[in-house]
Amino acid sequence: MIALLIRDMRLAFRAGGGFGLGLAFFLILAVLVPLGVGPERGTLALIAPGILWVGALLACLLSLDRIFALDYEDGSLDLLATAPVPLEGVVSIKALAHWLTTGVPLVLVSPVLGLLLNLPVPAYGWLLLSLTLGTPALSVIGTFGAALTVGLKRGGLLLSLLVLPLYIPTLVFGAEVVSRGAQGLAVGTPLALLAGITAGAVALLPFASAHVIRINLR
Amino acid sequence: MSSLWEYANPLKFMRTTDWLLPIVAVAAVVVTTTGLIWGFFFTPDDFRQGSTVKIVFLHVPAALMAINAWLMMLVASLVWLIRRHHVSALAARAAAPVGAVMTVIGLITGAVWGQPMWGTWWAWDPRLTSFLILFLFYLGYIAMWSAIDDPDTGADLTAVLCLVGSVFAVLSRYAANFWNQGLHQGASLSVAPGTRMDWAYKAPLYTCMVGFGLIFLALVLTGTRTEIRARRMKALAARERMA
Repeated sequence: MIALLIRDMRLAFRAGGGFGLGLAFFLILAVLVPLGVGPERGTLALIAPGILWVGALLACLLSLDRIFALDYEDGSLDLLATAPVPLEGVVSIKALAHWLTTGVPLVLVSPVLGLLLNLPVPAYGWLLLSLTLGTPALSVIGTFGAALTVGLKRGGLLLSLLVLPLYIPTLVFGAEVVSRGAQGLAVGTPLALLAGITAGAVALLPFASAHVIRINLR
Repeated sequence: MSSLWEYANPLKFMRTTDWLLPIVAVAAVVVTTTGLIWGFFFTPDDFRQGSTVKIVFLHVPAALMAINAWLMMLVASLVWLIRRHHVSALAARAAAPVGAVMTVIGLITGAVWGQPMWGTWWAWDPRLTSFLILFLFYLGYIAMWSAIDDPDTGADLTAVLCLVGSVFAVLSRYAANFWNQGLHQGASLSVAPGTRMDWAYKAPLYTCMVGFGLIFLALVLTGTRTEIRARRMKALAARERMA
Protein backbone atom coordinates (compact mmCIF):
# COMPACT_ATOMS: atom_id res chain seq x y z
CA MET A 1 0.00 0.00 0.00
CA ILE A 2 2.89 2.31 0.73
CA ALA A 3 4.37 1.37 -2.63
CA LEU A 4 1.08 2.35 -4.25
CA LEU A 5 1.10 5.66 -2.41
CA ILE A 6 4.64 6.42 -3.56
CA ARG A 7 3.80 5.40 -7.12
CA ASP A 8 0.71 7.60 -7.25
CA MET A 9 2.56 10.58 -5.84
CA ARG A 10 5.41 10.16 -8.32
CA LEU A 11 2.95 10.00 -11.17
CA ALA A 12 1.29 13.16 -9.93
CA PHE A 13 4.50 15.13 -9.44
CA ARG A 14 6.26 14.22 -12.65
CA ALA A 15 5.55 15.50 -16.14
CA GLY A 16 1.97 15.22 -17.32
CA GLY A 17 0.69 14.67 -13.81
CA GLY A 18 -0.96 18.07 -13.70
CA PHE A 19 0.38 18.72 -10.23
CA GLY A 20 0.68 22.50 -10.59
CA LEU A 21 -2.60 22.92 -12.45
CA GLY A 22 -4.81 22.99 -9.38
CA LEU A 23 -2.58 25.53 -7.67
CA ALA A 24 -2.44 27.73 -10.76
CA PHE A 25 -6.21 27.57 -10.98
CA PHE A 26 -6.53 28.58 -7.33
CA LEU A 27 -4.21 31.55 -7.94
CA ILE A 28 -6.06 32.67 -11.06
CA LEU A 29 -9.38 32.52 -9.23
CA ALA A 30 -7.98 34.71 -6.44
CA VAL A 31 -6.82 37.22 -9.07
CA LEU A 32 -10.05 37.18 -11.07
CA VAL A 33 -12.39 37.80 -8.15
CA PRO A 34 -11.00 41.27 -7.22
CA LEU A 35 -10.95 42.14 -10.92
CA GLY A 36 -14.61 41.19 -11.08
CA VAL A 37 -15.96 42.75 -7.89
CA GLY A 38 -13.63 45.74 -7.69
CA PRO A 39 -10.67 46.57 -5.43
CA GLU A 40 -12.76 47.84 -2.49
CA ARG A 41 -10.88 46.43 0.55
CA GLY A 42 -13.90 46.12 2.82
CA THR A 43 -15.89 44.11 0.28
CA LEU A 44 -12.95 41.83 -0.39
CA ALA A 45 -12.40 41.19 3.32
CA LEU A 46 -16.08 40.28 3.60
CA ILE A 47 -16.12 37.73 0.77
CA ALA A 48 -12.54 36.41 1.11
CA PRO A 49 -13.40 33.37 3.31
CA GLY A 50 -16.06 32.17 0.90
CA ILE A 51 -13.93 32.79 -2.19
CA LEU A 52 -10.95 30.95 -0.73
CA TRP A 53 -13.08 27.95 0.19
CA VAL A 54 -14.90 27.85 -3.17
CA GLY A 55 -11.54 28.20 -4.92
CA ALA A 56 -10.01 25.33 -2.97
CA LEU A 57 -13.05 23.20 -3.73
CA LEU A 58 -12.93 23.89 -7.48
CA ALA A 59 -9.16 23.38 -7.63
CA CYS A 60 -9.70 20.02 -5.94
CA LEU A 61 -12.36 19.14 -8.50
CA LEU A 62 -9.96 19.74 -11.41
CA SER A 63 -7.69 16.82 -10.61
CA LEU A 64 -10.36 14.31 -9.56
CA ASP A 65 -10.79 12.52 -12.88
CA ARG A 66 -7.06 11.67 -12.85
CA ILE A 67 -7.45 9.52 -9.73
CA PHE A 68 -8.72 6.44 -11.59
CA ALA A 69 -8.95 7.33 -15.29
CA LEU A 70 -5.35 6.54 -16.28
CA ASP A 71 -5.24 3.35 -14.21
CA TYR A 72 -8.51 2.28 -15.77
CA GLU A 73 -7.26 2.88 -19.31
CA ASP A 74 -3.98 0.96 -19.01
CA GLY A 75 -5.53 -1.87 -17.00
CA SER A 76 -3.64 -1.38 -13.75
CA LEU A 77 -6.95 -0.80 -11.95
CA ASP A 78 -7.93 -4.40 -12.78
CA LEU A 79 -4.64 -5.57 -11.31
CA LEU A 80 -5.18 -3.49 -8.19
CA ALA A 81 -8.68 -4.91 -7.84
CA THR A 82 -7.39 -8.49 -7.99
CA ALA A 83 -4.36 -7.79 -5.78
CA PRO A 84 -4.25 -9.21 -2.25
CA VAL A 85 -4.66 -5.69 -0.87
CA PRO A 86 -8.36 -4.97 -0.15
CA LEU A 87 -9.86 -2.60 -2.69
CA GLU A 88 -11.15 -0.39 0.12
CA GLY A 89 -7.53 0.14 1.15
CA VAL A 90 -6.50 0.92 -2.43
CA VAL A 91 -9.25 3.51 -2.65
CA SER A 92 -8.23 5.11 0.64
CA ILE A 93 -4.61 5.27 -0.50
CA LYS A 94 -5.67 6.85 -3.77
CA ALA A 95 -7.64 9.46 -1.84
CA LEU A 96 -4.66 10.05 0.45
CA ALA A 97 -2.36 10.51 -2.56
CA HIS A 98 -4.84 12.97 -4.05
CA TRP A 99 -4.97 14.88 -0.78
CA LEU A 100 -1.18 15.01 -0.46
CA THR A 101 -0.74 16.26 -4.01
CA THR A 102 -3.74 18.62 -4.16
CA GLY A 103 -5.12 19.36 -0.71
CA VAL A 104 -1.87 20.01 1.15
CA PRO A 105 -0.42 22.41 -1.47
CA LEU A 106 -3.75 24.29 -1.48
CA VAL A 107 -3.59 24.63 2.30
CA LEU A 108 -0.02 25.90 2.09
CA VAL A 109 -0.66 28.59 -0.52
CA SER A 110 -4.00 29.72 0.90
CA PRO A 111 -2.51 32.35 3.30
CA VAL A 112 -0.77 34.05 0.35
CA LEU A 113 -4.03 34.21 -1.54
CA GLY A 114 -5.72 35.41 1.64
CA LEU A 115 -3.29 38.33 1.51
CA LEU A 116 -4.37 39.09 -2.05
CA LEU A 117 -8.01 39.08 -0.97
CA ASN A 118 -7.39 41.21 2.12
CA LEU A 119 -8.46 38.50 4.56
CA PRO A 120 -8.67 39.94 8.11
CA VAL A 121 -5.63 39.04 10.24
CA PRO A 122 -7.33 36.88 12.93
CA ALA A 123 -8.77 34.62 10.22
CA TYR A 124 -5.47 33.24 8.89
CA GLY A 125 -5.09 30.58 11.54
CA TRP A 126 -8.69 29.47 11.11
CA LEU A 127 -8.27 29.40 7.33
CA LEU A 128 -5.30 27.04 7.63
CA LEU A 129 -6.99 24.90 10.24
CA SER A 130 -10.34 24.64 8.43
CA LEU A 131 -8.69 23.80 5.10
CA THR A 132 -6.48 21.20 6.78
CA LEU A 133 -9.53 19.61 8.37
CA GLY A 134 -11.81 19.98 5.36
CA THR A 135 -9.71 19.09 2.32
CA PRO A 136 -9.42 15.37 3.25
CA ALA A 137 -13.21 15.21 3.02
CA LEU A 138 -13.03 16.86 -0.42
CA SER A 139 -10.52 14.24 -1.59
CA VAL A 140 -12.48 11.28 -0.21
CA ILE A 141 -15.82 12.48 -1.59
CA GLY A 142 -14.12 13.25 -4.89
CA THR A 143 -12.64 9.75 -5.00
CA PHE A 144 -16.17 8.39 -4.68
CA GLY A 145 -17.28 10.57 -7.60
CA ALA A 146 -14.27 9.50 -9.67
CA ALA A 147 -15.05 5.86 -8.90
CA LEU A 148 -18.65 6.34 -10.07
CA THR A 149 -17.65 7.83 -13.42
CA VAL A 150 -14.52 5.79 -14.12
CA GLY A 151 -15.99 3.73 -16.94
CA LEU A 152 -17.57 6.63 -18.81
CA LYS A 153 -16.29 8.26 -21.97
CA ARG A 154 -17.25 11.81 -21.10
CA GLY A 155 -17.11 11.46 -17.32
CA GLY A 156 -15.55 14.82 -16.51
CA LEU A 157 -18.62 17.02 -16.69
CA LEU A 158 -20.83 14.43 -15.05
CA LEU A 159 -18.24 14.10 -12.30
CA SER A 160 -18.57 17.77 -11.36
CA LEU A 161 -22.38 17.57 -11.45
CA LEU A 162 -22.26 14.58 -9.08
CA VAL A 163 -19.55 15.77 -6.73
CA LEU A 164 -20.38 19.45 -6.24
CA PRO A 165 -23.70 18.85 -4.42
CA LEU A 166 -21.87 16.39 -2.16
CA TYR A 167 -19.36 19.13 -1.31
CA ILE A 168 -22.02 21.49 0.04
CA PRO A 169 -21.90 20.58 3.76
CA THR A 170 -18.09 20.70 3.83
CA LEU A 171 -18.11 24.08 2.11
CA VAL A 172 -20.75 25.55 4.40
CA PHE A 173 -18.99 24.58 7.63
CA GLY A 174 -15.48 25.34 6.31
CA ALA A 175 -16.34 28.82 5.10
CA GLU A 176 -18.32 29.43 8.28
CA VAL A 177 -15.25 28.71 10.42
CA VAL A 178 -13.19 31.26 8.50
CA SER A 179 -15.79 34.01 8.40
CA ARG A 180 -16.57 33.60 12.10
CA GLY A 181 -12.86 33.64 12.81
CA ALA A 182 -12.55 36.84 10.77
CA GLN A 183 -15.19 38.51 12.95
CA GLY A 184 -13.61 37.21 16.14
CA LEU A 185 -16.58 35.00 17.04
CA ALA A 186 -16.47 31.53 18.58
CA VAL A 187 -15.73 28.88 15.93
CA GLY A 188 -16.07 25.71 18.00
CA THR A 189 -19.37 24.47 16.56
CA PRO A 190 -18.63 24.71 12.82
CA LEU A 191 -15.12 23.41 13.41
CA ALA A 192 -16.44 20.34 15.23
CA LEU A 193 -19.05 19.73 12.53
CA LEU A 194 -16.44 20.10 9.78
CA ALA A 195 -14.17 17.61 11.54
CA GLY A 196 -17.16 15.30 11.99
CA ILE A 197 -17.95 15.34 8.27
CA THR A 198 -14.32 14.61 7.42
CA ALA A 199 -14.10 11.77 9.94
CA GLY A 200 -17.34 10.24 8.73
CA ALA A 201 -16.41 10.54 5.06
CA VAL A 202 -12.94 9.09 5.58
CA ALA A 203 -14.35 6.19 7.58
CA LEU A 204 -17.32 5.23 5.42
CA LEU A 205 -17.00 6.46 1.84
CA PRO A 206 -14.08 4.17 0.81
CA PHE A 207 -16.48 1.21 1.17
CA ALA A 208 -18.94 2.85 -1.23
CA SER A 209 -16.11 3.78 -3.63
CA ALA A 210 -14.69 0.25 -3.62
CA HIS A 211 -18.17 -1.22 -4.22
CA VAL A 212 -18.69 1.14 -7.14
CA ILE A 213 -15.32 0.26 -8.68
CA ARG A 214 -16.16 -3.43 -8.48
CA ILE A 215 -19.40 -2.69 -10.37
CA ASN A 216 -17.54 -0.66 -12.98
CA LEU A 217 -14.94 -3.37 -13.53
CA ARG A 218 -17.52 -6.13 -14.01
CA MET B 1 -49.34 -16.98 0.06
CA SER B 2 -49.32 -13.70 -1.73
CA SER B 3 -46.70 -11.17 -0.81
CA LEU B 4 -45.46 -7.82 -2.00
CA TRP B 5 -42.44 -9.44 -3.64
CA GLU B 6 -44.66 -11.11 -6.24
CA TYR B 7 -44.88 -7.75 -7.97
CA ALA B 8 -41.12 -7.87 -8.48
CA ASN B 9 -41.92 -10.28 -11.29
CA PRO B 10 -42.19 -8.01 -14.36
CA LEU B 11 -44.96 -10.12 -15.88
CA LYS B 12 -47.07 -9.97 -12.73
CA PHE B 13 -46.28 -6.27 -12.39
CA MET B 14 -47.41 -5.58 -15.96
CA ARG B 15 -50.61 -7.62 -15.54
CA THR B 16 -51.56 -5.85 -12.34
CA THR B 17 -50.75 -2.38 -13.56
CA ASP B 18 -52.69 -3.08 -16.78
CA TRP B 19 -55.91 -2.56 -14.87
CA LEU B 20 -54.52 -0.56 -11.96
CA LEU B 21 -52.91 2.26 -13.94
CA PRO B 22 -56.09 3.58 -15.65
CA ILE B 23 -57.87 3.66 -12.28
CA VAL B 24 -55.01 5.51 -10.60
CA ALA B 25 -54.68 7.94 -13.51
CA VAL B 26 -58.40 8.79 -13.58
CA ALA B 27 -58.48 9.08 -9.79
CA ALA B 28 -55.42 11.37 -9.90
CA VAL B 29 -57.06 13.71 -12.40
CA VAL B 30 -60.42 13.76 -10.57
CA VAL B 31 -58.98 14.24 -7.07
CA THR B 32 -56.45 16.89 -8.08
CA THR B 33 -58.97 18.85 -10.17
CA THR B 34 -61.50 18.71 -7.34
CA GLY B 35 -58.92 19.76 -4.78
CA LEU B 36 -57.58 22.63 -6.86
CA ILE B 37 -61.00 23.98 -7.87
CA TRP B 38 -62.20 23.66 -4.29
CA GLY B 39 -59.07 25.37 -3.03
CA PHE B 40 -58.97 28.15 -5.61
CA PHE B 41 -62.65 29.11 -5.84
CA PHE B 42 -64.45 27.89 -2.73
CA THR B 43 -62.20 28.97 0.11
CA PRO B 44 -62.25 32.41 1.74
CA ASP B 45 -59.34 34.81 1.27
CA ASP B 46 -56.91 35.06 4.13
CA PHE B 47 -57.36 38.23 6.16
CA ARG B 48 -53.71 39.20 5.78
CA GLN B 49 -52.44 37.41 2.69
CA GLY B 50 -55.56 37.89 0.53
CA SER B 51 -55.95 35.47 -2.34
CA THR B 52 -52.21 34.74 -2.62
CA VAL B 53 -52.65 32.21 0.18
CA LYS B 54 -54.29 29.88 -2.33
CA ILE B 55 -51.00 29.01 -3.97
CA VAL B 56 -50.51 26.77 -0.94
CA PHE B 57 -52.70 24.20 -2.70
CA LEU B 58 -49.99 23.75 -5.32
CA HIS B 59 -46.93 24.55 -3.25
CA VAL B 60 -47.33 22.24 -0.28
CA PRO B 61 -48.35 19.07 -2.19
CA ALA B 62 -45.53 19.62 -4.72
CA ALA B 63 -42.95 20.09 -1.97
CA LEU B 64 -44.31 17.04 -0.15
CA MET B 65 -43.98 14.87 -3.25
CA ALA B 66 -40.54 16.28 -4.07
CA ILE B 67 -39.18 14.96 -0.79
CA ASN B 68 -41.16 11.72 -0.79
CA ALA B 69 -40.11 10.93 -4.35
CA TRP B 70 -36.50 10.91 -3.18
CA LEU B 71 -37.49 8.77 -0.21
CA MET B 72 -39.20 6.32 -2.56
CA MET B 73 -36.08 6.24 -4.75
CA LEU B 74 -34.01 5.51 -1.66
CA VAL B 75 -36.23 2.57 -0.69
CA ALA B 76 -36.34 1.27 -4.27
CA SER B 77 -32.54 1.53 -4.52
CA LEU B 78 -32.14 -0.45 -1.30
CA VAL B 79 -34.53 -3.11 -2.60
CA TRP B 80 -32.50 -3.32 -5.82
CA LEU B 81 -29.18 -3.57 -3.98
CA ILE B 82 -30.42 -6.19 -1.54
CA ARG B 83 -32.87 -8.30 -3.51
CA ARG B 84 -31.95 -7.53 -7.15
CA HIS B 85 -35.49 -6.95 -8.38
CA HIS B 86 -35.32 -5.18 -11.71
CA VAL B 87 -38.74 -3.57 -11.42
CA SER B 88 -37.53 -1.78 -8.32
CA ALA B 89 -34.53 -0.26 -10.09
CA LEU B 90 -36.73 0.82 -12.98
CA ALA B 91 -39.25 2.39 -10.61
CA ALA B 92 -36.45 4.40 -8.97
CA ARG B 93 -35.37 5.57 -12.39
CA ALA B 94 -38.93 6.52 -13.35
CA ALA B 95 -39.46 8.45 -10.12
CA ALA B 96 -36.47 10.77 -10.53
CA PRO B 97 -37.77 13.07 -13.29
CA VAL B 98 -41.16 13.31 -11.57
CA GLY B 99 -39.46 14.28 -8.31
CA ALA B 100 -37.31 16.84 -10.10
CA VAL B 101 -40.37 18.45 -11.71
CA MET B 102 -42.15 18.52 -8.33
CA THR B 103 -39.12 20.29 -6.86
CA VAL B 104 -39.25 22.88 -9.64
CA ILE B 105 -43.00 23.38 -9.09
CA GLY B 106 -42.34 23.88 -5.39
CA LEU B 107 -39.59 26.41 -6.07
CA ILE B 108 -41.54 28.36 -8.71
CA THR B 109 -44.80 28.55 -6.75
CA GLY B 110 -42.76 29.58 -3.73
CA ALA B 111 -41.13 32.37 -5.72
CA VAL B 112 -44.48 33.56 -7.10
CA TRP B 113 -45.90 33.64 -3.58
CA GLY B 114 -42.78 35.15 -2.04
CA GLN B 115 -42.70 38.14 -4.39
CA PRO B 116 -45.82 39.88 -2.98
CA MET B 117 -45.48 38.45 0.55
CA TRP B 118 -41.77 38.71 1.35
CA GLY B 119 -41.04 41.29 -1.34
CA THR B 120 -38.51 39.05 -3.04
CA TRP B 121 -38.52 36.18 -5.53
CA TRP B 122 -35.71 34.37 -3.83
CA ALA B 123 -34.00 34.47 -0.46
CA TRP B 124 -31.14 32.29 0.76
CA ASP B 125 -33.33 30.80 3.40
CA PRO B 126 -32.48 27.28 4.67
CA ARG B 127 -35.66 25.70 3.33
CA LEU B 128 -35.33 27.33 -0.07
CA THR B 129 -31.64 26.57 -0.25
CA SER B 130 -32.03 22.94 0.67
CA PHE B 131 -34.77 22.57 -1.93
CA LEU B 132 -32.46 23.96 -4.58
CA ILE B 133 -29.79 21.52 -3.40
CA LEU B 134 -32.32 18.68 -3.60
CA PHE B 135 -32.93 19.71 -7.21
CA LEU B 136 -29.17 19.47 -7.89
CA PHE B 137 -29.15 15.96 -6.43
CA TYR B 138 -32.02 15.00 -8.75
CA LEU B 139 -30.10 16.40 -11.73
CA GLY B 140 -26.99 14.41 -10.84
CA TYR B 141 -29.01 11.23 -10.39
CA ILE B 142 -30.80 11.62 -13.73
CA ALA B 143 -27.54 12.50 -15.51
CA MET B 144 -25.89 9.41 -14.05
CA TRP B 145 -28.68 7.17 -15.36
CA SER B 146 -28.56 8.66 -18.84
CA ALA B 147 -24.75 8.43 -19.06
CA ILE B 148 -24.55 4.64 -18.72
CA ASP B 149 -25.49 2.21 -21.48
CA ASP B 150 -25.56 -1.08 -19.60
CA PRO B 151 -28.82 -1.11 -17.59
CA ASP B 152 -27.59 -3.29 -14.70
CA THR B 153 -24.41 -1.27 -14.17
CA GLY B 154 -26.49 1.89 -14.34
CA ALA B 155 -28.94 0.56 -11.77
CA ASP B 156 -26.12 -0.42 -9.40
CA LEU B 157 -24.22 2.85 -9.69
CA THR B 158 -27.29 5.07 -9.33
CA ALA B 159 -28.48 3.03 -6.36
CA VAL B 160 -25.20 3.65 -4.54
CA LEU B 161 -25.32 7.29 -5.59
CA CYS B 162 -28.85 7.55 -4.18
CA LEU B 163 -27.76 6.10 -0.83
CA VAL B 164 -24.72 8.35 -0.48
CA GLY B 165 -26.66 11.30 -1.85
CA SER B 166 -29.40 10.84 0.75
CA VAL B 167 -26.89 11.11 3.57
CA PHE B 168 -25.37 14.24 2.07
CA ALA B 169 -28.79 15.73 1.29
CA VAL B 170 -29.73 15.44 4.97
CA LEU B 171 -26.35 16.89 5.97
CA SER B 172 -26.89 19.79 3.56
CA ARG B 173 -30.30 20.42 5.08
CA TYR B 174 -28.78 20.86 8.52
CA ALA B 175 -25.79 22.76 7.15
CA ALA B 176 -28.21 25.21 5.50
CA ASN B 177 -30.09 25.53 8.78
CA PHE B 178 -26.87 26.34 10.53
CA TRP B 179 -25.72 28.75 7.84
CA ASN B 180 -28.62 31.16 7.77
CA GLN B 181 -31.65 31.87 9.89
CA GLY B 182 -34.91 31.31 8.08
CA LEU B 183 -37.50 33.53 6.47
CA HIS B 184 -39.77 30.61 5.60
CA GLN B 185 -42.61 29.87 8.03
CA GLY B 186 -42.71 26.57 9.90
CA ALA B 187 -44.55 23.50 8.69
CA SER B 188 -47.97 24.34 7.26
CA LEU B 189 -49.51 21.21 8.73
CA SER B 190 -48.72 19.66 12.01
CA VAL B 191 -50.12 16.93 14.19
CA ALA B 192 -49.25 18.94 17.27
CA PRO B 193 -52.20 20.54 19.11
CA GLY B 194 -52.93 24.16 18.34
CA THR B 195 -52.45 23.84 14.57
CA ARG B 196 -52.97 27.19 12.99
CA MET B 197 -54.69 26.24 9.78
CA ASP B 198 -58.46 26.26 9.58
CA TRP B 199 -60.40 23.27 8.23
CA ALA B 200 -61.72 25.45 5.41
CA TYR B 201 -58.15 25.34 4.04
CA LYS B 202 -57.06 22.01 5.41
CA ALA B 203 -59.73 19.90 3.69
CA PRO B 204 -58.92 21.04 0.12
CA LEU B 205 -55.22 20.94 0.95
CA TYR B 206 -55.43 17.30 2.01
CA THR B 207 -57.40 16.58 -1.17
CA CYS B 208 -54.64 18.17 -3.25
CA MET B 209 -51.98 16.20 -1.39
CA VAL B 210 -53.78 12.94 -2.12
CA GLY B 211 -54.20 14.06 -5.73
CA PHE B 212 -50.51 14.83 -6.14
CA GLY B 213 -49.65 11.48 -4.58
CA LEU B 214 -51.89 9.75 -7.13
CA ILE B 215 -50.34 11.76 -9.98
CA PHE B 216 -46.89 10.70 -8.80
CA LEU B 217 -47.99 7.07 -8.60
CA ALA B 218 -49.56 7.18 -12.08
CA LEU B 219 -46.47 8.78 -13.64
CA VAL B 220 -44.07 6.36 -11.95
CA LEU B 221 -46.16 3.37 -13.02
CA THR B 222 -46.27 4.68 -16.60
CA GLY B 223 -42.52 5.29 -16.57
CA THR B 224 -41.78 1.83 -15.17
CA ARG B 225 -44.04 0.17 -17.72
CA THR B 226 -42.35 2.08 -20.53
CA GLU B 227 -38.95 0.95 -19.27
CA ILE B 228 -40.06 -2.68 -19.02
CA ARG B 229 -41.40 -2.53 -22.58
CA ALA B 230 -38.17 -0.92 -23.81
CA ARG B 231 -36.18 -3.72 -22.17
CA ARG B 232 -38.40 -6.35 -23.80
CA MET B 233 -37.90 -4.75 -27.19
CA LYS B 234 -34.15 -4.75 -26.68
CA ALA B 235 -34.21 -8.39 -25.67
CA LEU B 236 -36.32 -9.29 -28.69
CA ALA B 237 -33.97 -7.39 -31.02
CA ALA B 238 -31.00 -9.17 -29.48
CA ARG B 239 -32.74 -12.53 -30.01
CA GLU B 240 -33.41 -11.63 -33.67
CA ARG B 241 -29.75 -10.86 -34.18
CA MET B 242 -28.71 -14.13 -32.61
CA ALA B 243 -31.05 -16.18 -34.79
